[in-house]
Amino acid sequence: MPAPQQRRIIFKHIDAPGYTNDLACYVRHGGYEILKKAVTLPAATIIDEVKKSGLRGRGGAGFPCGVKWGLVDRKSGKPIYLVVNADESEPGTFKDRYIIHQDPHQLLEGIMIASFANNVKQAYIYIRGEFPHGARILEQAIAEARAANFVGPNILGTSYSCEIFVHRGAGAYICGEETGLIESLEGKRPYPRIKPPYFPAVLGLYQCPTIVNNVETLCHVKHILEMGGETYAKIGTPNNTGTRLLCVSGHVKRPGYYEFAVGEITLGELLNEVCGGPLPGRTFKAVIPGGSSAKILKFGETFTLKNKDGSSRTLTVEEIPMDFDTLAACGTMGGSGGVIVMDDSVNMVEALANINALYAHESCGQCTPCREGSLWMKKITARMVHQQARSEDGALLKSVADQIAGRTICAFGEACSWPTQSFVAKFGDEFKGYAETQKEPKRADALELV
Amino acid sequence: MIALLKPDLITVNIDGKEIAVPKGTNAIEAARLVGVDVPYYCYHPKLSVVGNCRMCLIEIGLPAVDPATKTPIMDPATGKQKINWIPRPQIGCATNASPGLHIRTNTAQIKDCREGVMEFLLVNHPLDCPICDQAGECKLQEQSTGYGRGYSRYIEQKNVKPKRTQLGPRVMLDDERCILCSRCIRFCKEVVKDDVLGFIDRGSYSTLTCFPGKALENNYSLNTVDICPVGALTSTDFRFKMRVWFLKQTNSIDTESSVGANTVVWSREGVIYRITPRQNDGVNDTWMADTGRDLFKAVRAPNRLTAAKLDGLDTSLEIALNTAGAILKAAGRTVALVGSGRSSVEEHSLARKLAETLGASTHMVSRSGEGDRMLISGDRNPNVRGALVVGLIKKLPTAKLTALGGAIDAGAVTVVVSLGEDLHAAGLTTAQLAKVKIIYLGTHADATTGAAQVVVPTLTVFEKSGTLVNQQFRLQKFAKCVPGPAGATDDLAVLAKLVVTAGGTATLGDLPGVWTSLATTVAGLAAISYATLPDTGLLLDSTPFASLPFCEGETFHYQPAATTAPTKV
Repeated sequence: MPAPQQRRIIFKHIDAPGYTNDLACYVRHGGYEILKKAVTLPAATIIDEVKKSGLRGRGGAGFPCGVKWGLVDRKSGKPIYLVVNADESEPGTFKDRYIIHQDPHQLLEGIMIASFANNVKQAYIYIRGEFPHGARILEQAIAEARAANFVGPNILGTSYSCEIFVHRGAGAYICGEETGLIESLEGKRPYPRIKPPYFPAVLGLYQCPTIVNNVETLCHVKHILEMGGETYAKIGTPNNTGTRLLCVSGHVKRPGYYEFAVGEITLGELLNEVCGGPLPGRTFKAVIPGGSSAKILKFGETFTLKNKDGSSRTLTVEEIPMDFDTLAACGTMGGSGGVIVMDDSVNMVEALANINALYAHESCGQCTPCREGSLWMKKITARMVHQQARSEDGALLKSVADQIAGRTICAFGEACSWPTQSFVAKFGDEFKGYAETQKEPKRADALELV
Repeated sequence: MIALLKPDLITVNIDGKEIAVPKGTNAIEAARLVGVDVPYYCYHPKLSVVGNCRMCLIEIGLPAVDPATKTPIMDPATGKQKINWIPRPQIGCATNASPGLHIRTNTAQIKDCREGVMEFLLVNHPLDCPICDQAGECKLQEQSTGYGRGYSRYIEQKNVKPKRTQLGPRVMLDDERCILCSRCIRFCKEVVKDDVLGFIDRGSYSTLTCFPGKALENNYSLNTVDICPVGALTSTDFRFKMRVWFLKQTNSIDTESSVGANTVVWSREGVIYRITPRQNDGVNDTWMADTGRDLFKAVRAPNRLTAAKLDGLDTSLEIALNTAGAILKAAGRTVALVGSGRSSVEEHSLARKLAETLGASTHMVSRSGEGDRMLISGDRNPNVRGALVVGLIKKLPTAKLTALGGAIDAGAVTVVVSLGEDLHAAGLTTAQLAKVKIIYLGTHADATTGAAQVVVPTLTVFEKSGTLVNQQFRLQKFAKCVPGPAGATDDLAVLAKLVVTAGGTATLGDLPGVWTSLATTVAGLAAISYATLPDTGLLLDSTPFASLPFCEGETFHYQPAATTAPTKV
């Protein structure tokens, strides 16, 4: 049973008894009615509704979807592509896969509406390589929708045609970066492109104007058109409209995926009420609120934020509403909605060693700071947990991370350095004193173990 | 206020210095113009921009404009237009000049950026400098001195990668040294159109490699060694041979075809160790063919001529020349002179003088092959056009010396002077060679030297100075890199002496002397001298030769004129 605080729009049918992922079930529940409505509307009206809704991208950056659509170069004479980012790779995030597995037609309807609105004739779903079952479900769903004339040539008896293709990635985190994804889709190594000049809206897939949207974002498009942009904008809080999916993992009693109106639930309510609080006998220590790359929040710290009227307010971690702007003001981000909870059993050096290992493994290796810095940070934390910690390692880690963030081709630079920066800043004592916690005799071969 | 100077020029401000540059010039090049060094590794002016090394990070800003009124926002402190600086550093290679662009390279943030990138590039870079061929011309060395911190904070294990990977017959890869700038990949893909290189694996373990079943074996592969900013790619021919700081650099010209790629010859104590391309954007950009880099090996070839010969026996230069003079005088007007498309302009000029003195007919052999559409043209002579310009020949050379053979058979020619051409290879039969007396001036022994009465050893292009006229009618100079072997004499001195011994008026057999004469006798060369000729050459007037059917084919920066293109029948 969904927790009472939830407001399920995207996840309305997810886990509902008897709801299957086939077309018949979707249509029985009112599926594709919004697409039927959309194809009767002028494209500009749909884009306007999305703009009015204030929908922000759900992939991680929170960029306004309507603005993104508005940036597309429509005068170039080249085809416009829609690319669906289903490369859900951020650790702690597992929302898109449930949409794909349980309600694929909702995504397809969103894709078709977005495609129609942007005069897209070919849409690609780039699905992460580790989701083979999801890819098969999508292919099946596309075949069904095509047979029912919701996808393909002259949909629903109109002159509009659009094909959707499923493209499976080969398993790299960086393919979730939109330009890396485009490169991968073109059959190349997923090296993110430099911006300028390669903004996807102008020079995207095959150097054509391209919209890259997250799975969840496109599902929202359907609901925006259903209820109207202005009505949708009333859900949530200003500038943080609609609902969003949160994936809670880690040390809580009831981890899982939830959907809330953006900003209507605080982190404390989420963890303590919805997720049942900490495990027996434990207390919360820290939480990463938006996927592993988001900066960590430490329970017990407070944030003084400025209000619009000039006054200020102080928030504890538990009081932070889960919206884009407040999380950003608290020095972290809503990101991809992956909430990773750590209780007092977690050693922060070891947790960071785990995260650093991921980023060192996933750095594409194209640009210097991230390529060398991510592996260096991994080697430092790995050495630390292999009995060779030094008291100065925390400061060194921070310095290395500072040399990466903001200086790379893509946002992976921030993604790999923010965890280190925030872990060391907030748990500096733990890093400094880590050497003393190591009871085992120091191993001479520790460096080789790394 | 920053004003537009010309429609195509815009003013940018770099560290407080203003300069007008063409629109679209990137920040690195613009900074270079005002003497500001923006360090970089992956950027190369002749390749696409990828921005992966992050060494050229700069701060940029644009003049502030009120969004509503579009009027400039002034800074009361300075009285100038306010600059909106972008807080995040940007890469200079992908920042193109726009009107009023402001660039800062001297801030604390940029210093920190460069120190950071330097440190990152070095953490997994092996300390090979003492045994690395790139030492002395290594960008990592230069820029870690200029922009690094000077100490290491790295105590972890360095990555281990393959140290000796043979990418192709002439290129060796050391993966540990590679900084993954991708210049070599882009060069092969974009310039040679031979896409054989790529990266495998990811992150810091990324490794440069050839695609399966492929090899870096195109005739331009050594350019990857030139543009490698570190010692990752080395030439199998040059590696471990010599420290570059001991080598003397001399400007020269690639003589393998009429393209005339500009080169630098690297030598020490009279020995040449390598040839690399020299930038000339009108001729070869910054590239040259691998084959041209091997030409210096002829200098020390076993068949090199080092002593004058009379009827096959060693003699002195004086006796050889006097004998030659006597043969020429005795021959009356039955002498034929076979010039060479490999001779310099100056040699062509003295050869013409010799031919005029003797009333000799002049001949020349063409050497042609397949042009490669890059830097090797169909005409495999470096200086046929020079012979046309000074008037040694009036029409294009022929593949075989058929006319000369006929004249020999008819008895009209009894003496042949060959300026380094193997007459046998040029189509004269052994019987024909036996009918005439041969005076041979050349560098290497061949079938003709065996048949010649007089052989005078001369110098290769690396041992003398002179000029060549390439396919564009560009007059280009080459300079003496190493001394010639004992026993070989400068071609000009030999020709001048022959003119005198053959009964002609005394002429100067050195470069300045020949140029004094050239400037007055050849209309197209007036007001030119060897000393003042620019390093990038000088385009001569080609219109007198526009109707000749040259055979170059398509190459870099040269398209055959429509009138001279071969027409399909």
